[in-house]
Amino acid sequence: MAHAHAVKRYSGLMDWLTTVDHKKIGILYLISGGFFFLIGGLEAILIRIQLWKPMNDFVSPDTYNELLTMHGTTMIFLAAMPIIFALMNAIVPLQIGARDVAFPFLNSLGFWTFFFGGVLLNISWFTSTGAPAAGWTSYVPLASPMYSEGQGVDFYVIGLQISGLGTLVGGINFLVTIINMRAPGMSFMRMPMFTWTAFITSALILFAFPALTVGLVALMFDRLFDGNFFDPSSGGNVVLWEHIFWIFGHPEVYILILPAFGIISEIVSTFSRKRLFGYSSMVFATVLIGFLGFMVWAHHMFTTGLGPVANSLFSIATMLIAVPTGIKIFNWLFTLWGGSITFTSANLFAIGFIPTFVMGGVTGVMLAAAPADFQYHDSYFVVAHFHYVIVGGLVLGLFAGLHYWWPKMFGRMLNEGLAKLTFWTFYIGFHLTFFVQHFLGLIGMPRRVYTYLDGQGFNGMNLVSTVGAILMGIGTIVFLINVAVTAAKPKNAPADPWVDGRTLEWSIPSPAPEYNFAQTPLVRGYDALWKEKMDGNKGMTPAEPLGPIHMPSPSILPFFMSLGLFIMGFGLMYHQWIFTGIGAALTFGCMFLRSVYDDHGFHIDPDELKDKGVKA
Amino acid sequence: MSELSHVDGQLPHEPEKATLEGRNKVLGFWLFLGGEVVLFGTLFSVYLALRDQILDGPTPQELFSLPLVAIATLILLTSSLTSVFAIQAMHRNNRTALINWLIVTVILGFGFLGLEIYEFMHYAHMGHEFSTSAFSTSFYTLVGFHGAHVAFGVLWISLLIAQLFKKGLTVVTAPKVYVAGLYWHFVDVVWVFIFSVVYLMGKVG
Repeated sequence: MAHAHAVKRYSGLMDWLTTVDHKKIGILYLISGGFFFLIGGLEAILIRIQLWKPMNDFVSPDTYNELLTMHGTTMIFLAAMPIIFALMNAIVPLQIGARDVAFPFLNSLGFWTFFFGGVLLNISWFTSTGAPAAGWTSYVPLASPMYSEGQGVDFYVIGLQISGLGTLVGGINFLVTIINMRAPGMSFMRMPMFTWTAFITSALILFAFPALTVGLVALMFDRLFDGNFFDPSSGGNVVLWEHIFWIFGHPEVYILILPAFGIISEIVSTFSRKRLFGYSSMVFATVLIGFLGFMVWAHHMFTTGLGPVANSLFSIATMLIAVPTGIKIFNWLFTLWGGSITFTSANLFAIGFIPTFVMGGVTGVMLAAAPADFQYHDSYFVVAHFHYVIVGGLVLGLFAGLHYWWPKMFGRMLNEGLAKLTFWTFYIGFHLTFFVQHFLGLIGMPRRVYTYLDGQGFNGMNLVSTVGAILMGIGTIVFLINVAVTAAKPKNAPADPWVDGRTLEWSIPSPAPEYNFAQTPLVRGYDALWKEKMDGNKGMTPAEPLGPIHMPSPSILPFFMSLGLFIMGFGLMYHQWIFTGIGAALTFGCMFLRSVYDDHGFHIDPDELKDKGVKA
Repeated sequence: MSELSHVDGQLPHEPEKATLEGRNKVLGFWLFLGGEVVLFGTLFSVYLALRDQILDGPTPQELFSLPLVAIATLILLTSSLTSVFAIQAMHRNNRTALINWLIVTVILGFGFLGLEIYEFMHYAHMGHEFSTSAFSTSFYTLVGFHGAHVAFGVLWISLLIAQLFKKGLTVVTAPKVYVAGLYWHFVDVVWVFIFSVVYLMGKVG
């Protein structure tokens, strides 16, 4: 070899801090996203305890506002997105027959910036002025320095800027990976649905997150440097924030749901032992949803006063999205139709997803009707709607994906009995919590308010909702028990543990070795592995001879780059310019080192190619 | 698998795209610029929404001096041309010319930054400060974001010049120079919009 460098291999903690292996980064995303999911879930349960009876004083109004804000922010940015990234990292390169992502170093950087941004946001709980309390949408003037004194909202704007950077980097990485790193024969129209949705989601991230960054920077300038973007007394405009936030915020909900669509497509197809019905229409629907997702942001602002013309246009555009989404629903049903269905836990989550998501979609169309929205707006009806699409859609999708791909990520099968218990407790708990909230909203209970009066007909349904939330909590605890029980079992999952695996990730050992494919596979059709199985072949046909495999070197620089941003964030917030300088020097210093010292990586020789799976 | 060095000493015709790493870098950078378009698009929208909110501060007609901005524009557009010459030199495998053109680009970039700093200080002197009005805040944010991009660019290209001296022109350094060139063009294009939307419309509209 021209450059056979000896590269230091780390072990233990240093291995996890320096890893650039997409499978390990996927596990890191899962652990930290899961941790934030537990925090966000705890906040939700505290909210529900406060609301279980009228005029409850379990938490103070201020604490309630903090819990509400942090629940939304944490769940969207620090739990849902990272767990999506966990599955994308763990699975997408395997599904396209790649040895790694296009930018392993940036992949690690994306994780660490997300992580430090999330930690920074949550540190706000321990400060004297408390956590941000202006809602996850952080509308001005409520979030302006006049009405949100103290550092709370500063933590929001700076924490989300840092973690948003990580998300953007991750999005670019997956776009390039999917465009440039596909195995021979893996054309775009042969890509598995999950990879397709990861691709479109990454494109949405690329075009949506910079808008959020500008909004957050503007709010930060207003709060920290006396800017006037959103201060009407100096000519600023508060509606501007709503526009910027939702130009990001609406694509964001499609960023969240599209990967769930992909997961459901994979699982429904596998466990029906049928090719996904209408694959090309699925691809088309995904692209169309991604495109239309940018055209509908003002449906969050129907009551702002944009006028009937704008409201009508955004109303129609919003209703249009029901068409490609409907295509997807019918395709899943037709995939199930006539299939020999196995009700594994993963498939239970996937099949449970379909009617739940339809309900969320139907209330979405109801909300899209602008005149009716004046009635629903800011009521529990909206809360019920978006929890049906985000929890009933995305979270069920993520649970489905985790149960389905767990053996591929960790080499161990989750316990099916416990997994089914998770499903039933979580699923029933979910519907108990949120179904009644539709009616609470319709009879007039406003959202975001810390309590309600007796005698308005709210009591019974709120109690049901709280019981449901606790049941969801129990479901999550059963899942954690399952993870612990499974971790104690031997690592003996076969390469194709569901036997009917259709896509490339099931053609390699569980967990995948660090180089993924000893020989890059030759893809001969959609459902690449299934095609080989049907043709009577034992596995994939290699597209190259056995040879040395080039691997990227591990690096600690992404960790310190992100740590620098973290320090810089604190420096800015408290006007400690020395810390700001130290943080900036650390980040830019690491960028300098990265640029100056070339990473030649190292090679794994063919005789070393034995199964060295991800250790977790 | 990609070859990180050219064993026989012969640099390929388009060295920035000779390796998979290079191709990834170029594509990834194009996509990054797509995100940057959204970033600046949002900043422009914010500026357009707020530019009439002048309050007691000086108006754009009083502030902007077109000759000064025209010189800045000329300098920056010329630097775009010299960065093209640099990439052409790279494709001819002429390291000396490549380095020299990059040095010219960096000098022009510093010239632009100098003019911008002078301009901002002049405005502040006239009572147009960051906190004066929504117009001033959005003006300094938009033009300042661009200025920060130029500042990052000159530092980045300077670092690349040092690497070209030390490591020479290889399939590792070539993609870096190429994407820095893309970046520099992008920053120039943004300036063309700033010149039109901020300065010309400020003088006329």
